[in-house]
Amino acid sequence: EKLAAKKKRRKEREALGDKAPPKAIPKTIENQRVYDETTVDPNDEEVAFDEATDEFAPYFNRQTVPKILITTSDRPRGRTVRFCEQLSTVIPNSHVYYRRGLALKRIIPQCIARDFTDLIVINEDRKIPNGLVLSHLPDGPTAHFRMSSVRLRKEIKRKGKDPTEHVHEIILNNFTTRLGHSIGRMFASLFPHDPQFIGRQVATFHNQRDYIFFRFHRYIFKSEKKVGIQELGPRFTLKLRSLQKGTFDSKFGEYEWIHKRREMDTSRRKFHL
Amino acid sequence: VVWGMLGNRQFCSYKITTKTQNFCRNEYNLSGLCNRSSCPLANSQYATVREEKGRCYLYLKTIERAPFPRRLWERVLLHKNYEKALEQIDENLIYWPRFIRHKCKQRFTKITQYLIRIRKLTLRRQRKLVPLRRKIERREKRREEKALIAAQLDNAIEKELLERLKQDTYGDIYNFPIHAFDKALQQQEADSESESEKEEEEEEEDVDKREFVEADDSDLSDFEDMDKLETSSEEEQEEETEVEKEISHSKSKGKTPLKGAARRKRPHIEIEYEAETEPAAKTK
Repeated sequence: EKLAAKKKRRKEREALGDKAPPKAIPKTIENQRVYDETTVDPNDEEVAFDEATDEFAPYFNRQTVPKILITTSDRPRGRTVRFCEQLSTVIPNSHVYYRRGLALKRIIPQCIARDFTDLIVINEDRKIPNGLVLSHLPDGPTAHFRMSSVRLRKEIKRKGKDPTEHVHEIILNNFTTRLGHSIGRMFASLFPHDPQFIGRQVATFHNQRDYIFFRFHRYIFKSEKKVGIQELGPRFTLKLRSLQKGTFDSKFGEYEWIHKRREMDTSRRKFHL
Repeated sequence: VVWGMLGNRQFCSYKITTKTQNFCRNEYNLSGLCNRSSCPLANSQYATVREEKGRCYLYLKTIERAPFPRRLWERVLLHKNYEKALEQIDENLIYWPRFIRHKCKQRFTKITQYLIRIRKLTLRRQRKLVPLRRKIERREKRREEKALIAAQLDNAIEKELLERLKQDTYGDIYNFPIHAFDKALQQQEADSESESEKEEEEEEEDVDKREFVEADDSDLSDFEDMDKLETSSEEEQEEETEVEKEISHSKSKGKTPLKGAARRKRPHIEIEYEAETEPAAKTK
C-alpha cells in the first residue's frame, strides 16, 4: 500500500514538472530529537565563562602538558593487555602500568605526586574490555563509560602500517549539550595541543545518539575536494554511565550525572550527550 | 520411634536426598547429614554450635524439656577466646556422648575460621558484581548498531577534514589553495610560451617539489628507491619545458607523501618515468 502511494506521488511530481512541491524530508531520529534545554549555543557567554574557570582551564591555557596513565582492573587478560598497548600508542605521552591488586584510592595520590594529568582504567569482564573510567587527575571530573565493540588493530581490515609517533589531530563531533560539551573537553584534554600535520593522523570522537564512537585514521588529500581516509588503530564505542565531580570515589563522590535507566531510557528520541 | 518413622521410611521435610548422600536441612543439625545420630528430631539429647552476628552459641536440648517446645533449646554464649570457648563446651557437655561433644567442637572450629576469614576480606577491596540485564543489553546493542549506521563516520570525518583544509588550519603544507591554483592553470593555458611565467612556475614547482622531497625523505625511509627515481625524474623535468606536463606532474608529485590507500598512484607514475630515467641512471 505504501508502495502504491509512493508511485502515485512520483507520477504526480513528474506530471507537474517544474511546479512540483519540493521533496519531503524523511523523518530521522536526529530530526525528531527532543529538544534538550542544555544545548550549548556557540555564543553562549555563561558557558564560555564556565569553561574558562573549570578544571580544564589550565590545559586549554596551555599551562599543563597531558600525561596519562592507563591501567586495567585486576588480572587483565590478553585482549585487554593488547588493547591497552594500542591505546597507549594512540594517545601520546601515556604509560601503561599493571595493577597488581592496588586500590584505586591509593593509586590516585601517587599519580598526582608523579604529575600525571589523567588516569584511564579499563575494566574487563570475561576476557574482553567492557568499561572505561577516565578521570582528570588533579581533582578533576571522573567519567565512567561502558565500552563495547572493541576492535584491535589487527582486526581492522586495512593494509597500512602502524601509527607513527607524530601528534595527531582530534575531531570531536556532535557534542551538543552541556554534558556533552564537558565530556568533549575531557577527551580533548587527553591530547597535546599542537598536532603535527605532517603525520596526517586524526583521532575522532563522534557522538551519535549518546554513543561515542572512537576511530583513528590516516588521511590524504587527493584533491581539494576529496580526501581519502584509511583506518588504523583500535576502535571502540563508549556510552556514558556517570560523571562524578571529584576523582574516582564510588561511595562518597558527588555525582554530576548518572544514567538512570528507568527515567532516561523511556523515550526513543531523547538523548543526553 | 521417631527415627523409625522419619529416618528411612516416611517423609521428613528436612531431608534432602542426592545421588550419594542424604542431607538434613534442619538448622540445629550438627553435621548436616541425615543420620540416626545427627538428627535433632530423633535424638532427645542433642547439642549444636551456631553463630549469630559473629558470636557463637552452644545450643542444648535435653529430655526433660521435651514437652516444652518453646524452651526446648537452651543456648549458652561462648567465649570469644577460642580455647576458653572449647573449655566451655567441654564443661557444658560433660557427661554427654562423645560423638556430640566431638562434633560440636569441630563445628565450632570451622565457624571461627570462617568468621576470621570474613573479617579479613572486608578489609580488602570487595568486588561488587553488578548483574547485567539481558533485555537491556540487547536493546543497547541494537541501538548502538543503528547509531553507527546513522553516524556515517567516514563521511563525517572526511567532511570535517575538508572543512579544516578550507579554513587553512593546515597552512601551506598542501599545495591546493584552490583559487590560486585555478588561476595559475588558466594563465598557463593562455600564454604557454612566455618565459617569465614558466620560470616562475618552475621555481614554484621546484620549491614545492623540493619541499615534498624533503618531506618524503623524513617520512618514508622505505621508499629510498622511489626517492631516487623521483629526484632523477625531477632533473628530467627541469630539462623538459612543456609547461602542461610539468603541471600535471607537479600535481601528482604534490601528492607523493603517499601512504596506504593511494599507493596505487605511485606505481603508475613510476612506470611512466622508468624508461626515461634508466639511461640517465646508467650513465651516472
